[in-house]
Amino acid sequence: MSKQHVTTTINGEPAEFLAEPFMSLLDALRDEMHLTGSKEGCGSGDCGACSIIVDGRLVCSCLMLAVEAEGHEIITIEGVANGDELHPVQRKFLEHAALQCGYCTPGLIVATKALLDRHPNPTETEARYWLAGNLCRCTGYDKIIRAVMDAAAEMRGVTA
Amino acid sequence: MAAVAATSSAIADAALELIEVKYEILPFVIDVEDAMLPGAPILHDDLFTAGVEPKATTASNIAKRVAFKLGDVDAGFAEADVVVEGYYTTQAVHQAYIEPHACVVTVGSDGQSLIYSSSQGHFMVRAYCAKLLGMELSDIRAMPSEIGGGFGGKTVVYLEPIAMALSKQTGRPVKMVMTREDVFRSTGPTSGGTIAVKLGAKKDGTITAATAVLKFQAGAFPGSPVQPGCMTCFAMYDLKNVTITGYDVVSNRPKVAAYRAPGAPISTFATESAMDELALKLGMDPIALREKNAAKDGTKTAYGVTFQNIGYTQTLEAAKNHPHYTAPLGPNQGRGVASGFWFNIGGESTGAVHVNEDGSVSIVTGSPDIGGSRASMAMMAAEVLGIPVEKVRPVIGDTATIGFTHLTGGSRVTFATGMAVTQAAERVRDDLKKRAAMIWEIPVEAVDWKDGEAVPAGANAGGFDPMPLAAIALKAAKTGGPIIAEVSVNAQGAGPGFATHICDVEVDPETGHTTVLRYTAIQDVGRAIHPSYVEGQIQGGAAQGIGWALNEEYIYDKQGKLDNAGFLDYRVPVASDMPMIEAVMIEVPNPRHPFGAKGVGEVPIVPPMAAVANAIRGAIGIRMPHLPMSPPKLRAAMDAKAG
Repeated sequence: MSKQHVTTTINGEPAEFLAEPFMSLLDALRDEMHLTGSKEGCGSGDCGACSIIVDGRLVCSCLMLAVEAEGHEIITIEGVANGDELHPVQRKFLEHAALQCGYCTPGLIVATKALLDRHPNPTETEARYWLAGNLCRCTGYDKIIRAVMDAAAEMRGVTA
Repeated sequence: MAAVAATSSAIADAALELIEVKYEILPFVIDVEDAMLPGAPILHDDLFTAGVEPKATTASNIAKRVAFKLGDVDAGFAEADVVVEGYYTTQAVHQAYIEPHACVVTVGSDGQSLIYSSSQGHFMVRAYCAKLLGMELSDIRAMPSEIGGGFGGKTVVYLEPIAMALSKQTGRPVKMVMTREDVFRSTGPTSGGTIAVKLGAKKDGTITAATAVLKFQAGAFPGSPVQPGCMTCFAMYDLKNVTITGYDVVSNRPKVAAYRAPGAPISTFATESAMDELALKLGMDPIALREKNAAKDGTKTAYGVTFQNIGYTQTLEAAKNHPHYTAPLGPNQGRGVASGFWFNIGGESTGAVHVNEDGSVSIVTGSPDIGGSRASMAMMAAEVLGIPVEKVRPVIGDTATIGFTHLTGGSRVTFATGMAVTQAAERVRDDLKKRAAMIWEIPVEAVDWKDGEAVPAGANAGGFDPMPLAAIALKAAKTGGPIIAEVSVNAQGAGPGFATHICDVEVDPETGHTTVLRYTAIQDVGRAIHPSYVEGQIQGGAAQGIGWALNEEYIYDKQGKLDNAGFLDYRVPVASDMPMIEAVMIEVPNPRHPFGAKGVGEVPIVPPMAAVANAIRGAIGIRMPHLPMSPPKLRAAMDAKAG
């Protein structure tokens, strides 16, 4: 089976790679582009550890074929920080100790960014439902939700 | 068994398709009680029940019987004014760490092997692989990878020995990664079980007798956590007359593995539900009933230990006084309380502290970090050395670079590895004082250590400027060479963990769906080294317990095949299922640890199932003795009650 040439944009930079037709975008990101921040927890779109943003929409990269990335704009966890400056969501995850093993964290941060890009002022319940596709087995979500709400407040310019 | 190595997973999958396996279908048994019946299909014709008199002579699915006893329960029940009895069941549940098992290994032509894998203990990985492959421990170097959750489930090997055999044959590195389905089907969940409980009490709430009979699924091979299940289930109480009997039972299920406080959540669901029934029958407040019978310093447990420096009554006191306990409830809402106990362990650990030439400090331990323990290690060393924690970098050494360390489990790391790190830091501090004395040419007794600096003391006080750690490090070559210490301990005296949880639920009378409205988890943590990570352990344990209570279970079809081997159908709690979880830390320091730490990671999963069940009992007036308390079960129970 011949490989396909894929041209896309990843974290603001033009990118190209070769992919088998059946290869998931997650595998292409990790194995071809060496962007190993996105994780595979299930491979079936149930855990959200592989969350990325494609053209502004939150997507499970394990459910998308690598060849489908052609011509689209992709943001992965590696593109969330601005150089050395952490995104407020990343900073708040650290401040609130909103992680333990860290395996779900890249997906949760990407999902939170996608939420706040669209809805800068979510209620706690809205945040919980938005993040319901991102499983965390360590934290019980308490500190994650606090980090999300705090990041939202900071990004709106409100001191929490 | 067959294994295929290929240059891509797609080729390996295609090769696996070409292997034809013919199975002979044998009689099977899934349920634990069925497996114990006379005439049940026997899994192993060489398995005889251990722990019975006279010695068993016929093969049985009961691998082991254990029993614990204090006093005379018959006399105790004869004294009782009130007796409650109940029969409870729980289902097998999985640890459900989000990271599937994975490894990369190489076996060189000289037999030297390297293993990179995610586990709760790379010394454990090395030991199992050496044993299974007939190798010397020194020929295997096991590297600790970052671990994406374990909760007990990564305390055994699954992939590593197979990958090593393939690497040996091919002469190439071999990578193996489980799919999520593999994880559910082929790695150990914890046992489901049945528990029969009977409690007798005087009118004033004094428990006069307690019995429990536990039957736990071991999976296809012996080894369920029924023994700790027995030991923990009444450990919160000072009981004069108690018998606890446990059966380890094999059935045609995956072999179980450890899961957070192994055995205790299963048995305690039953005993703490029974305590709630007893409180109802006595017309007593559930916390008051627990206070009346609470274990205290000096209480002797049924398994023989006498407690010291425990904080159980303090958790009850805090629960009673917490605003949550007296907050008003609405219609279809209920409140439940339950307590729990876990031993916590110590054991073998090694910690090394290296002072670097620039005055920064490196710490090496052998404990994989599954919940932030590296930060705690750094904080303890920084405290001893009197330097900012940012100056301390903790790493986990592989099996060739740090001394033997037992795996991360039993809530032991902050206690035992923390003890090794603290002692190593103390040795380094003593060495730094010695070096300063050498530079100043004064006796070492005349040097103190304060805020990260050597200061002249006694007759020499004020005689020299304080010498910071970095300045001493710079001159290390001239004062005897590198400043390092490595300490190995076999830590004893881990203080036990006690917790009391309060849970509010609302049950939807239409659907039977339970919403957890509010949750407060109170726990004696000894001394919290890193308080927000301690809170995280408490919150995470409570959430796993809530999942166990309401949703999670291994579901088998009639052919004995697992029906829900994926996160869609095996539903762990998601963010929208949970309320905030208030963690309340009670600090009753452990005198056996330099900073008073007790293990904190496991006991928070012990009370939740009974706390939720007791809350549901409050909301709908029905005791739910069978887990999970899923909507169809609640709906059926409510329909039956309505007639």
